[in-house]
Order: sequence, then C-alpha cells, then structure tokens
Amino acid sequence: MREFHYERAASPSAAVATVTAADTDTVYLGGGTNLVDLMKLGVARPSRVVDVSGLPLDGLQTLPGGGLLIGAAVRNSVLGSDPQVRHAYPALSQALLAGASGQIRNMATVGGNLLQRTRCGYFNDIAKPCNKREPGTGCPARTGVHRDLAIIGHSAACIATHPSDMAVALSALDARVHVLGSDGTRVVQLDELYRLPGDSPKWDTTLRHGDLITGVELPPPSGLTRRSMYRKARDRASYAFAAGAVAAAVTVTDGTVDDVRISFGAIAPRPWRARIAEQELVGRPADARHIGAALDLELVHARPFPDNAFKVPLSRRLAVSALLGLIGGPR
Amino acid sequence: MTILSPTSAPRAGDRADSRPTETFVHLTVNGTTHTLAVDNRTSLLDALRDRLELTGTKKGCDHGQCGACTVLLDGDRINACLQLAVAVGDRSVTTIEGLAADDALHPMQQAFLDHDGYQCGYCTPGQICSAVGALAEADRGWPSHVTPPGDTGPASAAELSADEIRERLSGNLCRCGAYVNIVTAVQQVAAGPRTDADDPS
Repeated sequence: MREFHYERAASPSAAVATVTAADTDTVYLGGGTNLVDLMKLGVARPSRVVDVSGLPLDGLQTLPGGGLLIGAAVRNSVLGSDPQVRHAYPALSQALLAGASGQIRNMATVGGNLLQRTRCGYFNDIAKPCNKREPGTGCPARTGVHRDLAIIGHSAACIATHPSDMAVALSALDARVHVLGSDGTRVVQLDELYRLPGDSPKWDTTLRHGDLITGVELPPPSGLTRRSMYRKARDRASYAFAAGAVAAAVTVTDGTVDDVRISFGAIAPRPWRARIAEQELVGRPADARHIGAALDLELVHARPFPDNAFKVPLSRRLAVSALLGLIGGPR
Repeated sequence: MTILSPTSAPRAGDRADSRPTETFVHLTVNGTTHTLAVDNRTSLLDALRDRLELTGTKKGCDHGQCGACTVLLDGDRINACLQLAVAVGDRSVTTIEGLAADDALHPMQQAFLDHDGYQCGYCTPGQICSAVGALAEADRGWPSHVTPPGDTGPASAAELSADEIRERLSGNLCRCGAYVNIVTAVQQVAAGPRTDADDPS
C-alpha cells in the first residue's frame, strides 16, 4: 500500500475546501469497507485521506414537506433497521439487509455505498488491463470472465456493473442526492449521479473532484413507496453480490396500474431504471401477461455476452415476481 | 514503532515528527488505553496483533470476506481488517480477550465449548465476537434479510430462529464446516438471560 497522510475533517465545508484544493489523489474516507480494500490491492493509491465518517451527517431527518433526509454518514445497518424506513420505504430496508454482512453494514456509510467501485475482477487486479482503472489499456472482460458483468448500458470500453443493492432501491424510490461542492450545495437525481461508461469509463459519477455527498433525500411516504420491495438472486443464500436484482413499487386501482417503478441491479454500470417498461405499464391491466410484455420492451435493448445472457430472463422473472407479489395477484 | 507510556503521550491525531504518514493514536482496547504511533496504513487488525500482542483476533482473508478478524467497536461488530487503526478515534475496541469477566468465560464462549462449535478453532474468535454483536443487534430489534417484510424486527434475540441466526452470522466463514454446532451454541445464548456485562457496548 502506498503511504498516505491522514486527517479527520472538521466540518463538511472544511473537508470540501481541503480536497478541492488538493491534488486528485486526495480522497474522502467513509466506512472504508471498499476504499481500504482497494488500497490494499493497489487499485486505489491516494497520497492523502480525509476522513469524513465522523462528520455530523449521521441522522435521519423528516423534512418540512414530509420527505426523509438521510445523512451520508448513516451506517447501512442503522438505516436498514430503522422502523420508519422499513414501514414507509420497504424496498430500501430490504436492499440494505440483502447487502454484504452484518460487520460490513455496521461500518459502511450511505455516501460510501453510493460511491463504491465495481467488483469486476479485472478492475480489482492490477496485473490485468482495465480501461476503468488505467484508461487505454483495454477491456479483457468482453472475451474473458464476464458472467457477473453488464448486459445493458455498457460500452466498447467497459462492461462493469455497479455493485450496490441500496442504490437500486434508491433509484426506484426517486431519491435525490445532496452534494456539497466548492460552489455550494446542489441536489441531483440519483440517475444523474451515475454516468454510463461511453469512452471514458474511469468516471463512475458526475461528481467533480472535491464534491462531497452529504445526504440522500427520499420523497414523502406514499402508497407507492409503501408498496415497494427489493428482490435479489445470488449464488449463495447470503453475503454475496447480486446475480440479478430488482427494486419495484406499484399502485393499482380496479386491476389497472396507476403508477409503477422498476429498477434493476447487477445488469448495468448503474442502477438500471426501466423507464420504457414503466411507461408501457401505466394504465394497463396489472397481470402477468402485461407486466411481462412491458419488461420485454425494456430488456429487448439488452446486449448480453456469452456467459451472462442468463441475466435477461433472470431479471425479467425477478421483476414479474416482485410486481405480482406487490399487487397480490396469482404468481 | 515504539509503544509509548501514557505519561509521555502526545495528543491523539498528532503526526509523528519524522514521518508525516504516521500518527499518534490512543487505542482503547478491552478497557485499557494504549498510546502508540501507527503508520497510517495499519489496519486495526494488524495494530491489535502486531503492536499490542492481542493475537486472539485472527487474520483470515484480510479483505473483509471471512469474518475471522471480527471485533466489537463500541459494541458493534466490524471487520478489523478493513478498519484503519488511525480512524478508530475514541471508540473502544473489544476483542475476544476482553469478553471474559475475570475467571468466568463469557456465556458465548461457554456455549461454543458446550456445543463443540468449532473444529480447528481459527474462525472461532471472530464467530464469537460476531455472535455477541448479532444478539445485541437483535435485542435492539434489528430485522435481517430473512425477517418477513411486514415485521419490524424481533422483540429480542430470544425470538431468533435458526434461519435468523444463520443469516445474521453469514459474514463469518468456517472452513471446517462447524456451522451446525455454532448455530446451536448461539441459540443457547439467545434463549438465555443476558446482562449488561455480556454486552460490551
């Protein structure tokens, strides 16, 4: 591991000022469950680490309009177990509790969860080429080991997936991310936080150097957020990244879909909000045939690789099952 | 790399004079505060084992995947291999060496003995610390992945099913496959009375 300077941030604005003024190898440290591992592997080589995990961003706050502001330093275990979250935003609680282990959930922060890096084996092995880690070196995954990698939203340069469960639920819940930069605070939709790789896969997000995530805002609880769920398929029963995952929410009146949210995990470089399927489903009968047909309109855009083509039918089945479960009809 | 006596202690957070990438820290472990200069790269796991000679905490994968290094930080179980020692701050660390009270084993240690919850024993300190943390979480009412979606969480650890215990301990691997007896041991403690002394937080 490269030697590094360590300092504890005195306040969010002080942290932003420090990192913005410093070279790009100065980084924020949250719970460390991904960053410290990447430093051990030599994938991350910061010269200076600014610890923001102790900042007073560790609370849940109900906003005047009824929304919920989740501090960026809230631990994943605390958020996933919060009774209010479990009742009003069940998809979020379920996604958090389906992620990692009890130990890691106790360490990991909300901000760090959003900004964790891909678990692509090439990215995490400095002996291998990787366009995300070392731009221009190539992507061996396309013809190599890509079973766990993307089927949609990928590019010629990179087929990595984003590994977060939590972010998939936040995407379906229309969460917004509060970002503190050198020019003040801004609020961005979760989908605007993440970018697709294109020809510059080095950048996972639209954040600039020095930008600090201070919190995540959920819309006020509604019939839609309360009827939400997260389903995850993995290679073992617990403590594994998703092979396929979906966060879904739906409201139905007289057998017809009023409103619906579908976001897939494990298939794309970011949570994949299935907007085509959502648009198709609104106003349609809430049954397996129409749900399946809407999902097909979304998944027809998938471009899987030989060893991950299973993710297309797996994602479809997870979404059909989740939506029918929420609707309460026959499966 | 010397351990300083508390009387000569610089303030925590001070940089070591000669090495800007070393920091003086006050590490409170099992009730004793140690002052030492650590290379910022040092994990809590390496600080415990190599600097404080507390070798009960084991290094398995060193990447947060096996749970052998599990310790309690202010009572919450964490992977010591992913925790930088310099970032521990004023939180107190409890290791397997700190669970027993005087000559009496912690109930979780006794239960692992009673039910033969190990074979080679290498993962056992991590299993025991993780189990102690998991029962404290359940006593707090925290749900798990296998808690039915409509349930807020258990009233206490006494309600935990074997499925719940398996899920909550999934961050601790045992290559000997002693899982069956580990679950039995944890169930025994979950069902029994627990005192504040059993919860190091």
